[in-house]
Amino acid sequence: MLDIKDISKTFHPGTITEKLALSHVSLHLAPGDFVTVIGGNGAGKSTLMNVIAGTYPVDEGTISIKGTDITKWSEPRRAKFIGRVFQDPMMGTAANMMIEENLAIAKRRGKTPTLRWSSSEKDRREYRELLANLKLGLEDRLESKAGLLSGGQRQALTLLMATLAKPKLLLLDEHTAALDPKTAEKVLALTEEVIEKQKLTTLMITHNMRDALRLGNRLIMMYGGKILFDISGEEKKRLQIKDLLEMFEKAAGSELASDSLLLS
Amino acid sequence: MDLIISTVSQGLLWALLAIGVYLTFRVLDIADLTVEGSFPLGAATAATLLTSGASPFVAIAAACIAGMLSGVVTGLLTTKLKIPALLAGILTMIALYSVNLRIMGKANLPLLSTDTIFTVLPLGLDKGMTVLVVGLLIVLIVAVLNYWFFGTELGAAIRATGDNPHMIRANGINTDIMIVLGLLLSNGLVAISGALVAQSNGFADVGMGVGTIVIGLASVIIGEVLFGTRSFKNCLISVILGSIVYRAVIAVVLQLGMPPNDLKLFTAILVAIALSMPLIQAKWNNLKRGMR
Ligand SMILES: Nc1ncnc2c1ncn2[C@@H]1O[C@H](COP(=O)(O)OP(=O)(O)OP(=O)(O)O)[C@@H](O)[C@H]1O
Ligand SMILES: [Mg+2]
Repeated sequence: MLDIKDISKTFHPGTITEKLALSHVSLHLAPGDFVTVIGGNGAGKSTLMNVIAGTYPVDEGTISIKGTDITKWSEPRRAKFIGRVFQDPMMGTAANMMIEENLAIAKRRGKTPTLRWSSSEKDRREYRELLANLKLGLEDRLESKAGLLSGGQRQALTLLMATLAKPKLLLLDEHTAALDPKTAEKVLALTEEVIEKQKLTTLMITHNMRDALRLGNRLIMMYGGKILFDISGEEKKRLQIKDLLEMFEKAAGSELASDSLLLS
Repeated sequence: MDLIISTVSQGLLWALLAIGVYLTFRVLDIADLTVEGSFPLGAATAATLLTSGASPFVAIAAACIAGMLSGVVTGLLTTKLKIPALLAGILTMIALYSVNLRIMGKANLPLLSTDTIFTVLPLGLDKGMTVLVVGLLIVLIVAVLNYWFFGTELGAAIRATGDNPHMIRANGINTDIMIVLGLLLSNGLVAISGALVAQSNGFADVGMGVGTIVIGLASVIIGEVLFGTRSFKNCLISVILGSIVYRAVIAVVLQLGMPPNDLKLFTAILVAIALSMPLIQAKWNNLKRGMR
């Protein structure tokens, strides 16, 4: 479904703030893969997601979705294939527009906008039903501005928007990190539900090791712009937090050692 | 009575400018100074065509197209060449000063003996009432068209571009195109406003654009404060009424004896205060909390 071959990304090349954020990363996702992504701050997780979504271009390597090479595509063009939920609840919805208008935009993700009136009565019925599924009481608030919703409600709405037109790939960047624990749990449950129901190929960044272990069929850990390890299937099911920490220390430790060798 | 009629009529003719400024300042979240050039551009285009015998409808349509083009220029400067929107607008505005002089061939073009949109319609009303009725009609048509357009998928995409570019890009919309389109529509309306004002005043002048951005902002803000911002429809109506109230305020202060030369200073201060309202309010609330 997603094929990433040997991509690298350096920010501000040739300046003192030069930063290698992705270094020769390759990753292949089969249809229906639900991959959790962990790694420390600055590991390159968000950058990986942003280059997949096309927020900025890669320096080298290629990215394909379902066999289509999208490396040179702009961010809006890639949206045809990709649904996203950002970490910041403010990013995923237009605050001054009605819930209904936000949904209407999401429903036509990746299509050229026309001069048709944006939602019909039939659309509204559909939105109401989908919102009722969220169990957040939003079904009666189609005409409320999205900006009036709480962070959790906005994330749930963004999740609904990202999956309203079924994406080939769903990207979740710590989408529950800004929420209180109870709301986070709820949004995560909704996430599981929609991924399961639509059989979505998903990349989900999380800082919560337990969620990373519990969810998905595959787990990758990033460090220093590289994928440190990639565990799937039965092996992932048996994985414990302490195993993760051990593996991290081993892998990262040896890398640090080799780094310092290079420097001396 | 005459004063009231002429105040409301002026408010209506200038309301198209206010809607144009609303589209950039509020919908796209850009302070677009192109209007200072596209307003006289509309006036110059219409006046030149009228004096050469064109029908007022053709003149207004041509003014609108010229205004749209000027909006596209600013849009391309800011999206393709990455010039900050404020500066892009200033560049177009300055360039338009020369363009407008070229169109008219001189700095001032009187429209005394030519037909205008206010003389060709067989309404059977006196001059004052005709301007009122024609102005009302045009504003109604423009408002309804705007309401319709900004409710369509394309219009919603433009609104979302100003509201949250991340969100709309993630949904597959090219924000550059939306910005250019928004500036096109805005300046088209502003140019129609210029064409109408020139016809009602009886002349087009190369300097008539000075301060139009501030007049537009004043109308938008007055309208929003007095008449609300609940929905897009509500905002449209607010802005139109804001333009009329602004004219009324001006008429009152002039009646009270303010020299006309001080009008622009007065308007600028009015807008400065209105724009700083959120900050003043926050400070005031802090102060009150501190005292308690
Ligand atoms: N737009 C940018 N401009 C410059 N540097 C950037 C940019 N985005 C990321 N970086 C840098 O690239 C590196 C990787 O950042 P990234 O955001 O991908 O990390 P992350 O794994 O998502 O971390 P976190 O867990 O803190 O979100 C960091 O050093 C960061 O400072
Ligand atoms: Mg991150």
